[in-house]
Amino acid sequence: MLGRLKIGLAVLAMVATPALAQRTDISVGMVLEPPNLDPTSGAAAAIREVTYSNIYEGLTRFGPDGSVNPGLAESWDISEDGTVYTFHLRDGVEFHDGTAFTADDVVFTLDRARDEDSTNAQKQLFAAIDSVRAVDEHTVEVTLSQPQGAFLFNMAWGDAVIMSPESVEDNATNPVGTGAFRFVRWVQGDRVELERNPDYWGEAPALERATFRFISDPSAAFAAMMAGDVDAFPNFPAPETLEQFEADPRFEVIVGSTEGETILSMNHENEALSDIRVRQAISHAINRQDIIDGAMFGYGTPIGTHFAPHNPDYLDLTDNSAYDPEAARELLAEAGHEDLTLRLMLPPPTYARRGGEIIAAQLRDVGIETEITNMEWAQWLEQVFSGADFDLTIVSHTEPMDIGIYARPDYYFQYDSAEMQEIMEELDMTSDPEARTELLHEAQRHIADDSVVAFLFQLAKTGVANADIEGLWENAPVPANDLTGVRWTE
Amino acid sequence: MKRLPMTLVAGALLTAVFAVAALVSLAWTPHAVEGMNIATRLQPPGADHWFGTDHFGRDILSMIMVGARTSIAVAVIAVGMGMVLGVPLGLLAAANRGGLIDEVIMRGNDLVFAFPALVIAILITAVFGPSAVNAIIAIGIFNTPVFARVTRGGALSLWTLDYIRAARVAGKGAGRISIEHILPNIANLLIVQGTIQFSLGILAEAALSYVGLGAQPPTPSWGRMLAEAQTMIAMAPHLAIIPGLAIVLTVLGLNLMGDGLRDILDPKLRRAR
Repeated sequence: MLGRLKIGLAVLAMVATPALAQRTDISVGMVLEPPNLDPTSGAAAAIREVTYSNIYEGLTRFGPDGSVNPGLAESWDISEDGTVYTFHLRDGVEFHDGTAFTADDVVFTLDRARDEDSTNAQKQLFAAIDSVRAVDEHTVEVTLSQPQGAFLFNMAWGDAVIMSPESVEDNATNPVGTGAFRFVRWVQGDRVELERNPDYWGEAPALERATFRFISDPSAAFAAMMAGDVDAFPNFPAPETLEQFEADPRFEVIVGSTEGETILSMNHENEALSDIRVRQAISHAINRQDIIDGAMFGYGTPIGTHFAPHNPDYLDLTDNSAYDPEAARELLAEAGHEDLTLRLMLPPPTYARRGGEIIAAQLRDVGIETEITNMEWAQWLEQVFSGADFDLTIVSHTEPMDIGIYARPDYYFQYDSAEMQEIMEELDMTSDPEARTELLHEAQRHIADDSVVAFLFQLAKTGVANADIEGLWENAPVPANDLTGVRWTE
Repeated sequence: MKRLPMTLVAGALLTAVFAVAALVSLAWTPHAVEGMNIATRLQPPGADHWFGTDHFGRDILSMIMVGARTSIAVAVIAVGMGMVLGVPLGLLAAANRGGLIDEVIMRGNDLVFAFPALVIAILITAVFGPSAVNAIIAIGIFNTPVFARVTRGGALSLWTLDYIRAARVAGKGAGRISIEHILPNIANLLIVQGTIQFSLGILAEAALSYVGLGAQPPTPSWGRMLAEAQTMIAMAPHLAIIPGLAIVLTVLGLNLMGDGLRDILDPKLRRAR
């Protein structure tokens, strides 16, 4: 009898031991599946949320607080006049396919990004570059046509990651970078799997395997989190459930800031919307706090211009377009648009779908009827973002420091203002911090005064994670899920 | 007069409650159905809002009433469409029983039956965009073969009867016989089937709206109310329970009424009693 008990205990111990060991795998939930895995040829934030810092790295990289840190460039020297950047690259770095990372790869990447045929979604990041030259195997010299204060910041973007000419063709489906994780496989419609890169140049990550799972339905996301199918959901799509997660000791709710300015975009090609009075009327018709409370359950910060409130250069211009339905009705009457009907296209995220219903009700209150069309992302990207076939839409612009979109007349809302374009041009040539602040203030005021779009709120990063996980980014200075510092504590 | 079956009475009462709610909503609802008030959102049922408020602070009772209208309108039109298309097809097939036209019509029906309704509905909305009208079309298409079959089945047995032969001998054509003699005699079959299809239509509308393919916001719809309530169940269970009950009770009422109608209308059952 005693013998049997001993065997039993031994078996139990054998079974129990592995459970005590620290977990080294993680399953991360994401709402959207990336359309491809090449961040240098697509605008979708989901591409960066999988690949940034995990698979690909740039010369510089963003820290969790938005600071710019050395990446593949160990250090750099800047010439006195601010036009020549000499990057000293890390030695002994290899791409996942075994090819060595050298200065030639940097030259290739930067030349490809700023090429005329480049498919890069953020070509303006590279606009200041005049020439790129490999000095030796581990030194690159970048000459700018004029000093650019934000150059190192630009090089940290997901769009500026370094790729190798040998593997660049297949990066969309088989990404090869220099990062701490390498790509294993992508099950379309379900997940992307990564594993630890044993030859990583930096500190080895604590995780051995990482899986990104794509769950777009908020209630399915909730169920997956509750069931433990997903260990972390950095941008959880159902803010109404956060209270429940907070009350549950198994989970930790991580609320931070993002660079996502959520706006009600207006198509300036629409005859009515090209009238500033109509745009002002719409801005005054909207009660931001109602949208934040009703759609996001209180998570979000009202904004009155296209700038992140946590940025030191932010101006609070919300009073410019304060909720004032009476003023809105007067403006509409003045513009002669008392019975206006506008199409409102809504992509899938909660802020758009729920926010759209609230905005439709608020606009109806001042006499503007809306026809709501709910769209999937693919359709939205094609019809609204690329085709500019819309009147109103709600979307969060998650790129950092993207006020420059208002100086791009071909951008989907088609706002063409010479004044704004001049401000941004000047900003680009200015590196003096004080002068830059002044210009950024000017730009913020300009788009607010012109009511280019209706500025709603800064998207909060509302994440949920297993309480035993540490190292996830609290804020989202860029769309990213950097897993290099993530570990299980138990 | 014979006593009406209990099922019919119970079913008719339940159905009437929702039909009346839908009719009343045309003229009056307790609160403006599109009136959002974020400050009073997610209130439990109480004196001011009998069924509570949703996540936008809208009055749920008002939404249920207008939602009943949406459901009933979609189901009525869809069933009507199925009848208008299906019954003539069934009559035509029966009149040509065994012929090529019969074969073509019935095999065409099989083809439509072979597709899952929801898949076709998704196809229709993918091509034409989601809306209540497209939901009606999708549900209507799937009602067509049901009515065609019921009509043909009922008509086939009638065609062998002596009085039809007599009409034939009297020189009436197949078309006139179908309309003047067959149709009135299968009307009870169609009414019973129509009631059942009506409840299925309400379910289908709820299902399509639930997946976002039915009536679009801000038009209230029971299915969408359920879908929106899903992530808030822990916080505000009434958001899911109330539209859920509305669907269950309406469908139950219609099914009971269909059964009851069959009891008094179906000649075979009548004789058995």
